[in-house]
Amino acid sequence: MPLELFTVGDPIADTKAPMDVPIAERWSTRRFRARLVNPANRRKMTVIVVGTGLAGGSAAATLGEAGYQVKSFWYQDSPRRAHSVAAQGGINAAKNYRNDGDSVHRLFYDTVKGGDFRSRENNVHRLAEVSVNIIDQCVAQGVPFAREYGGLLDNRSFGGAQVSRTFYARGQTGQQLLYGAYQALERQMAAGNVEQHARTEMLDVIVVDGRARGIVARDLVSGEISTHFADAVVLATGGYGNVFYLSTNAKGSNATAIWRAHKRGAHFANPCYTQIHPTCIPVSGDYQSKLTLMSESLRNDGRVWVPKERGDTRDPRDIPEEDRDYYLERIYPSFGNLVPRDIASRQAKNVCDEGRGVGPNGLGVYLDFGDAIQRLGRSAVEAKYGNLFDMYNRITGENAYETPMRIYPAVHYTMGGLWVDYDLQSTIPGMFVIGEANFSDHGANRLGASALMQGLADGYFVLPNTIADYLADAPFEKIDDSHPAAAEALTGVREQIDRLLAIQGTRTPASFHRELGRLMWDLCGMERSEESLRKALDRIPEIRQEFWTNVKVSGDWSGFNQTLEHAGRVADFIELAELMCIDALHRNESCGGHFRAESQTPEGEALRDDETYAYVAAWEWTPEGAPPVLHREALEYEYVHLAQRSYK
Amino acid sequence: MTATREDATHVGSTVEPGRGMHLTLRVWRQPNPSVKGKMVTYELDDISPDMSFLEMLDVLNEHIIMEGGDPVSFDHDCREGICGMCGVMINGMAHGPEQTTTCQLHMRSFKDGDTIDIEPWRATAFPVIKDLAVDRRAFDRIIQAGGYISAPTGTAPEAHSVPVPKKDADAAFDAATCIGCGACVAACPNASSMLFTAAKVSHLGLLPQGQPERNDRVVNMVAQQDREGFGGCTNIGECSAACPKGISMETISRLNHDLLGALRAGARPKS
Repeated sequence: MPLELFTVGDPIADTKAPMDVPIAERWSTRRFRARLVNPANRRKMTVIVVGTGLAGGSAAATLGEAGYQVKSFWYQDSPRRAHSVAAQGGINAAKNYRNDGDSVHRLFYDTVKGGDFRSRENNVHRLAEVSVNIIDQCVAQGVPFAREYGGLLDNRSFGGAQVSRTFYARGQTGQQLLYGAYQALERQMAAGNVEQHARTEMLDVIVVDGRARGIVARDLVSGEISTHFADAVVLATGGYGNVFYLSTNAKGSNATAIWRAHKRGAHFANPCYTQIHPTCIPVSGDYQSKLTLMSESLRNDGRVWVPKERGDTRDPRDIPEEDRDYYLERIYPSFGNLVPRDIASRQAKNVCDEGRGVGPNGLGVYLDFGDAIQRLGRSAVEAKYGNLFDMYNRITGENAYETPMRIYPAVHYTMGGLWVDYDLQSTIPGMFVIGEANFSDHGANRLGASALMQGLADGYFVLPNTIADYLADAPFEKIDDSHPAAAEALTGVREQIDRLLAIQGTRTPASFHRELGRLMWDLCGMERSEESLRKALDRIPEIRQEFWTNVKVSGDWSGFNQTLEHAGRVADFIELAELMCIDALHRNESCGGHFRAESQTPEGEALRDDETYAYVAAWEWTPEGAPPVLHREALEYEYVHLAQRSYK
Repeated sequence: MTATREDATHVGSTVEPGRGMHLTLRVWRQPNPSVKGKMVTYELDDISPDMSFLEMLDVLNEHIIMEGGDPVSFDHDCREGICGMCGVMINGMAHGPEQTTTCQLHMRSFKDGDTIDIEPWRATAFPVIKDLAVDRRAFDRIIQAGGYISAPTGTAPEAHSVPVPKKDADAAFDAATCIGCGACVAACPNASSMLFTAAKVSHLGLLPQGQPERNDRVVNMVAQQDREGFGGCTNIGECSAACPKGISMETISRLNHDLLGALRAGARPKS
């Protein structure tokens, strides 16, 4: 690794988890040892929460209920739009309602293993512990989970698990959970405990004397840029999958909040860990603006296959059983179609690389419900997956009850994010990061139905406890715009916007975004190699250079200007893309969603190198020109033994 | 996706020869709420039938930006029919000719040579922000008035302590699928928000957890929708016909039933 790409700094470690007690007691011990803020004092403390998805919405509502003064920010018109709304499949919880051998320890074990041994044991164990409280909380809020005839909650299985622990609300679980949090949040807004900032985008963090004390934000309707102050700042701004342009994220999902926090001192952990979801609707043309996921739950009943022979262009219904290759069932007999996402995606890529892919451009595999319909009847399949089949029909014009769905992997989730300790605090004191925006629980691969679990665990149950320990020292000194740190942040944001508007070049922000996305998909996507990553690292600075000299942003800073919003986000994606490639290049092993061509078993499975890489890579930003600094957090496995993952 | 820099500014022209559609768009342009708006005509070539309606608008905007104009503002986010952020009147129909969201409408629903009128939602309670984007915070204020179950974090009993009959859970779910897009208001000749409010009243009122606040919920939510300036419901049914999630008119019957019961029981809206 040439020195110029990065330098190595001091190791970093979590100091908050109480390591003097066994893992099952650490969360309760931490809660006991964390300092409290008495209810009368909470009124005097202000907390900014950016984002209103499952993590941000539940955190803002819970902090409001606790009596803190909360200021909530979101870029959409309503908090109910946050992209958690689109999660389809379900939410895991170790309730063991099926009596199938589930337990907190098993959920913990499955999640650490599913993350390919690159997550922090303490955080994952806590996640498994609070998973059961989440279901109780959501039921009390009126979330209409699927139920059985006896009136009890129904469950299904998801990838990477051999138990049924996934709770769901038809194919719209994220929507229903989000509305639960959203309604709780709106209730707190009505009660005057949460201040509302709709259509407002955070553009910088204000750090005063080493503490996060506020944000700079732009009102997207008036265009006005202003400062907002608090005793602590919580970022719940989601993942950065839109670096790839085409992803299952919402169009507005962006990395600006976390990236600008990174530039203010928050370390960015494991940026190269991205999840490519195996079951998405294939790309149909160059105009494509986003990709649509088909829930992983479909793999409970759908069977994945491609023709045995390449170039078999027969109608799938005319291809007899003996000419079909149900490759997941063949390669992984014990997990079959329910192998974890990274494995299912890579195998889809492999069969397409062999020329056995289906559909117009050969980039697709079949997900076939023929057997399920025969076994259960069409109406049973319709009851379980009807809305997904409708969505598929709307987008492709095809009827999946009659002909197999065509699916292909797409960027879906980012396991990397801002580094946080056990308290979910970043390397900037007073700045907490929750949900997909942090890196903490999923290691190198997230299991299905675990994102909803983590978002709500962080927001309802973890952050409201841990932030109190920090706020026990608050309220801090009052500051306003005249403070040099606030003035500097405000000026910086204004200058960047002026600069974007002044270029008036010949390419739209969208065209740069598309180019960057294509590059990242080709060179830092499902498979990465030293060669591809070096190529990307040569090209990205050129894209950045061209962007800053040739982008064309119409309109001005004042008023509603969606092109300007997009331009600012693309500028940050370009910088983040470079760090992702550096991280991917430095990690010369395969693990979970990060597959390095140089590091595989003879059968083509991901091959970890635990001797060298059993650590979290936390990157520190350095100003213009200097390479980022790598801080390693060693990962120790006390309770789950490091092993090669096997789903065979 | 555009692969090279050379062709990066030419968007959406990847349609097989002869397959692209020519369209005439008449789009509502209004720079801000204080200026009068008007319809402006644009011609578009090479539109693929597989494009979504919003992708077609993306293509239009790329052209407008390159010609030095101000692109058409429109709200959108998830583009998979679930966030409720998108929504425009297309040829006078909320979300256009199919019963789905604007983002899930595809150009195969139109013919080569069509003229398409595109306008924002029209309702006093949804003021225009710019072009096709409107302010729907009024919906959130209706939720604030009572569209929740008060269950502060940490207070919940074990999930299985209260069984919910499957029939009720399913009916609650059907009502809960409302995405708050506002098509019901836009489609209603009275610009009434009754279907939106009724969906939430039904969802929560059908569950045992929603019973304690049931009477207060309905009177307060109905009072708030009146305060926001939405029109009254005269049971026309355009709302349900335009609803991308198929929320049924039955929810409105349920709301009226609950409202009457609540008023008779003495519930009155908070002032």
